[in-house]
Amino acid sequence: MKYTVDKKGFYGNYGGAFVPEMLFPNLDELEKNYIKIINDTDFQNDYNNLLKDYVGRPTPLYFAERMSGKYKCKIYFKREDLCHTGAHKINNTVGQILLAKRLGKKRIIAETGAGQHGVATATVCALAGIECVIYMGAIDIKRQAPNVARMKMLGASVIAAESGSKTLKDATNEAIRDWINNPITTHYIIGSVVGPHPYPDMVAKFQSIVSKEIKSQLIEKEGTDSPDYLIANIGGGSNAAGLYYHYLEDEKVKIISVEAAGEGIESGKSAATSVLGKTGIIHGSKTLLMQTKDGQIVEPYSISAGLDYPGVGPLHAHLLESKRAEFMSITDSDAMLAGLEVSKLEGIIPAIETAHAFAAFKYLNFKPNDIIVVNFSGRGDKDLNTYIDYFKL
Amino acid sequence: MNRIDKKLKEEGKLLSIYFTAGYPSLDDTVDIIFKLQESGVDMIEIGLPFSDPLADGPTIQDSSTKAIKNGMNTNVLFDQLKGIRDKVSIPLIIMGYFNPILQYGVEDFCKKCNEIGIDGLIIPDLPIDYYEANYKSIFEENHLYNMFLIAPQTSDERIRKIDSISNGFIYMVSSSSITGSKNSFSPDQINYFERIEKMNLKTPRIIGFGVGNKKTFNSVVKYSKGAIIGSAFIKNLYEHGIDSIPSYIGSIR
Repeated sequence: MKYTVDKKGFYGNYGGAFVPEMLFPNLDELEKNYIKIINDTDFQNDYNNLLKDYVGRPTPLYFAERMSGKYKCKIYFKREDLCHTGAHKINNTVGQILLAKRLGKKRIIAETGAGQHGVATATVCALAGIECVIYMGAIDIKRQAPNVARMKMLGASVIAAESGSKTLKDATNEAIRDWINNPITTHYIIGSVVGPHPYPDMVAKFQSIVSKEIKSQLIEKEGTDSPDYLIANIGGGSNAAGLYYHYLEDEKVKIISVEAAGEGIESGKSAATSVLGKTGIIHGSKTLLMQTKDGQIVEPYSISAGLDYPGVGPLHAHLLESKRAEFMSITDSDAMLAGLEVSKLEGIIPAIETAHAFAAFKYLNFKPNDIIVVNFSGRGDKDLNTYIDYFKL
Repeated sequence: MNRIDKKLKEEGKLLSIYFTAGYPSLDDTVDIIFKLQESGVDMIEIGLPFSDPLADGPTIQDSSTKAIKNGMNTNVLFDQLKGIRDKVSIPLIIMGYFNPILQYGVEDFCKKCNEIGIDGLIIPDLPIDYYEANYKSIFEENHLYNMFLIAPQTSDERIRKIDSISNGFIYMVSSSSITGSKNSFSPDQINYFERIEKMNLKTPRIIGFGVGNKKTFNSVVKYSKGAIIGSAFIKNLYEHGIDSIPSYIGSIR
């Protein structure tokens, strides 16, 4: 088990729980209970029923024929865009809300960047009838008005993070501060495989449904449960963790993680953590992150709000270091063109995050029989304004 | 004997002041230290600013952001503190988040602290187990104490463990909250102060978070060896400048 978390919460050299003492009891409570709760039959029943009837799972594994023709290989889309709320994020929030209820929590907090995780959290809080507070950078609130409105319709309070650079990393800081201030009543639903142990492992477990479904779906379509390649876009890395989870120990299955190069790796406006990052501590986790040489965390940039996180989850830092995963960096312009291409070839408009994964194809060479599964992590509705501005539609 | 221990053995209650290095102006660090010593402060925590201070409220967040903008970083701070021991005899502690220390290199950081005459470090996001497994011997070689925090939710068992491995003092966080001053303490907090007092720990406790004036100082030192003031001191610097330090300290005791 080279790629699972160890007893101390580390993936190889990465992970852990670098948090102030005030948060120790919260994390200790989670750490002692999450596996027991997740493995409980009642929990599994509730979780699976909600995934089926509420989220709309299993999501299809779709053979993308025209895309396959163009890139001369067999390309499948795992259609997470068809999940309720439009992305994979809800797999995690459904799991965590059930867990929070079992821990007796009365209040939920979450951070959000573009608003997808905020919407997915507000959604499950409405479902469970639990108070919901979402922290969102003041700048992101202006950029993502429709998602702010969605969260409010769903009954959540949206609080602007006015500190630091007023974006996702600051929203995460504010959520952590709220948790320090409300340690007993509140559960913090982190949206990605980031943060202190046990969050990276817990979120990965809730997202692992993605690769679990692929295994049986692929047998039906190809007579094998293992593809040759898995490709996912990666910001913090939750959709990627879900796609890879059940294949991590099967090293025949190659993994390609696609991060956002923004305007180019050397441009000073990038989110290519695998190239620009160094080992450090962000949001309680030891991982690769973009920082100054003095250790101040740097604000990343990508046209896609879901990918401009200055770090990656510790699992992904470990996959990179151990060479289990290959990383690629895709620029804004390549991603936007790929988004347009997938829309025209397959009739599905991807989120700009997802478009980064598709942009990788023109830089890769596959054999005609290679089976490639791409995580179609989200739909593009939320990005229409960006597409409109970019292509003058 | 470490200056911190010597100070803790003195009669009376201790006043410790936290400030963010490089704020209000980059070169204020040494001046602030001199003025604090002259004003009769017992101990000083020099804050190494970090871009993402998770445990801090708006006042320390702002002072950190401004200090970084002013050009403060680890190298600059060490340069400013060179020779400080010619004039300053009270304990000096550096308090900062782990990432800037990790980037400097923990061993180099500790050596530099030892050269300067720093007595201890407080690193709120460095977990105890990780410290013990990786850095304890480096701290000891460099005669540096590492002070740990406890908070209202910390279990008795964990407090006992922290007590057994602590040197210097235990930084007792007054409430389940981030930093920032308050006007008074709630009955729950007083219960917590009394509960810890009754545990008869071997390590002296200094209470911080929410202490900011004579009233709050006096109420926490009933249950501890002393108190730490941070946000309220920084707020005073912002409003009245560094020349107001003697009168501010005078207003506390």
